Amino acid sequence: MSKTQQAPGGVRSKGLADYLNDENVRAVIYQIIAIGLVILAGWYLVSNTLDNLERQNISTGYGFLNLEASFGISESMIDYTPRSSYATALMVGLLNTVKVAFLGIVLCTIIGTIFGVARLSSNWIVRKLATVYVETFRNIPVLLQLFFWYAIIPGAFPAARNALQPLPDVLLTNRGMYIPVPVADNAYDFMGIAAILAFVVIYFVKKWAAKRLDATGQPFPIFWASVGILVGFVLIAYIAGGAPTEMDIPELKGFNIRGGYNISPEFMSVLIGLTIYTSTYVAEVVRSGIQAVPNGQWEAADSLGLKRSVSLRKIILPQSMRVAIPPLTNQYLNLTKNSSLAVAVGYPDLVSVSNTTMNQTGQAIEAISIYMAVYLGLSLITSLFMNWFNKKMALVER
Amino acid sequence: MKMKTILAAGAMSVAAIAANNAHAGAVLDGIKAKGFVQCGVNTGLPGFSAANAEGKWEGLDVDVCRAAAAALLGDAEKVQYTPMTAAQRFTALQSGEIDILSRNTTWTLTRDAKLGLTFGGVNYYDGQGFLVPKSLGVTHATELDGATVCVEPGTTTELNLADYFRAKGMSFEPVVIENINETTAAFFAGRCDVYTTDASGLASVRQTMAPNPDDYVILPEIISKEPLGPAVAQGDDQWADLVRWSLMAMIEAEELGVNSGNVDDMKKSENPGIQRLLGVSPGMGEALGVDEEWAYRIIKQVGNYGESYKANVTAKLGLERGLNALWTDGGLQYAIPVR
Repeated sequence: MSKTQQAPGGVRSKGLADYLNDENVRAVIYQIIAIGLVILAGWYLVSNTLDNLERQNISTGYGFLNLEASFGISESMIDYTPRSSYATALMVGLLNTVKVAFLGIVLCTIIGTIFGVARLSSNWIVRKLATVYVETFRNIPVLLQLFFWYAIIPGAFPAARNALQPLPDVLLTNRGMYIPVPVADNAYDFMGIAAILAFVVIYFVKKWAAKRLDATGQPFPIFWASVGILVGFVLIAYIAGGAPTEMDIPELKGFNIRGGYNISPEFMSVLIGLTIYTSTYVAEVVRSGIQAVPNGQWEAADSLGLKRSVSLRKIILPQSMRVAIPPLTNQYLNLTKNSSLAVAVGYPDLVSVSNTTMNQTGQAIEAISIYMAVYLGLSLITSLFMNWFNKKMALVER
Repeated sequence: MKMKTILAAGAMSVAAIAANNAHAGAVLDGIKAKGFVQCGVNTGLPGFSAANAEGKWEGLDVDVCRAAAAALLGDAEKVQYTPMTAAQRFTALQSGEIDILSRNTTWTLTRDAKLGLTFGGVNYYDGQGFLVPKSLGVTHATELDGATVCVEPGTTTELNLADYFRAKGMSFEPVVIENINETTAAFFAGRCDVYTTDASGLASVRQTMAPNPDDYVILPEIISKEPLGPAVAQGDDQWADLVRWSLMAMIEAEELGVNSGNVDDMKKSENPGIQRLLGVSPGMGEALGVDEEWAYRIIKQVGNYGESYKANVTAKLGLERGLNALWTDGGLQYAIPVR
């Protein structure tokens, strides 16, 4: 704060210099200058880019999204043909990205937790194996790992005609894995709805059980009850829907296998590569989380006579979560962003489809702006969810 | 690739600042200032652009860049090469990362009109075909219903493929991999039934990358027209003209019977066409904004079109001239008059 001198006869009025010497005023001025510079630089870049595009006669705008894409995409979760629009093509890419990122996050969490715990195992072999796994896959660039899996997967299996059949009606070929799937039927929609209902019921049963435990001290086998509710609901819906049994079975027709559901080598390479790479980081996060829990917690659990596995599950892991969730969020974000490397092995993710779109239309800036916005969006959604989860898990002081 | 695209986009913004006060001729001035031509080529397509055992780039497409360098800078060796995938090439050209794109690129309306490119003529008339393993037992493209097809993304090939199968009422599953080497590796590993690109590319891939070329066959159907040629960014007409006429000079030289061996003697020729081309009677170089020896240097250092074709395409791939013969021999190569 500036010092104002007490002049005889009253307070001297503040001059401009006093304002400029005032730290708060200065801070505001600096902020304004900084924002101004950012806006100026942004405006300069945008207007010059537009000028240059115009000079080179490159068209701008998002109008191309409605045009017919006229290229093929190998796998899609929604209806897509070369007749569809670029917007649909990009949506196909987005869904493929989300699919591989979501499955990757789930799998890397499971595998990472197992290896993280294994690294602290009292068993020498388990501990060393986990260390080797983590150190190997953590230290090889993920792009190389994708190439590695993509070299292995199509190379390791026979052509469609000589497909391996590890299980009845499951075919393994260099075109990927084909599994039989049920032919679409209303009953499956009912089953989906029943499953959602089951989760609602489970939520209330859980609440009731917690209340009862508080009130009477009697535990309730909530896990098995939940399984029972879920299976029961789904089973009832299945029978009520007419219990369809027709299956779409993969078969060799012409030179390709038709029918069934195909898990492509591209998808497998990306999923396996991302999962294994990220799981090593998750393992380290889990290990550090466990090690952050004071040893006294183990000792206290031991003194209660709890089994080691029960102590881990009920006492140590929940506490380690508080340490682990923020870095875990980072790993999930990394996995999602790394999925853009899928383009290298031909998995049609968002970047792959955008790149093709960009090249067929020449709308580089627009295509890049779309996928930047999408990755930003995906990252923010993941962060928001994990922050919510973190708050829920945070230590509640009573 | 992702990184490359982002870098290209970044470069675009930077170039936007740098080129703010640009006038027509910026590319040409830039090349003169730096002393070499930045040439975008294929990552490896023997016969068209590929690095040889000594790491030196050579091929029919490479020769176009060398000709332009010889005309403008006086030395065909003053070229730097940037290998590009199909998906990178246009952004690189638009952003000024390369001065000329000579990478078996098809001249189409949208590319010419919407992508901010100017094409400098056709150095290879091609058409899209299909390569299949003999063991597949397929003899015609019409038998390919349900096939899995390996194709490079961002190409006209990718669009023609979809059009062709759609028109014939057949289905296909594309396998789209960014890098041509990965794409062909996937094909030879059996990931796809079919590999599709321009017929010249198929010949190149079969000849130079197949474990055993005799196990593979190119189907007789050619499903598209693919006029391949060099492209430059729109906005510098003088540079575009120079590239166009460098190519024309090579074709014209073949028509006139001038080659790298006899070009010195030909300077004494009484033929007014040859005199104009070689700058004996001046005017052509001045019109292009270079010296009068421009075409002489191209022919001396790079050779005429026929020589380049023979040394690269015929020698490496065994492809005959076909459509690429001179118009006087029943082909389509026809030089616009140098006068």
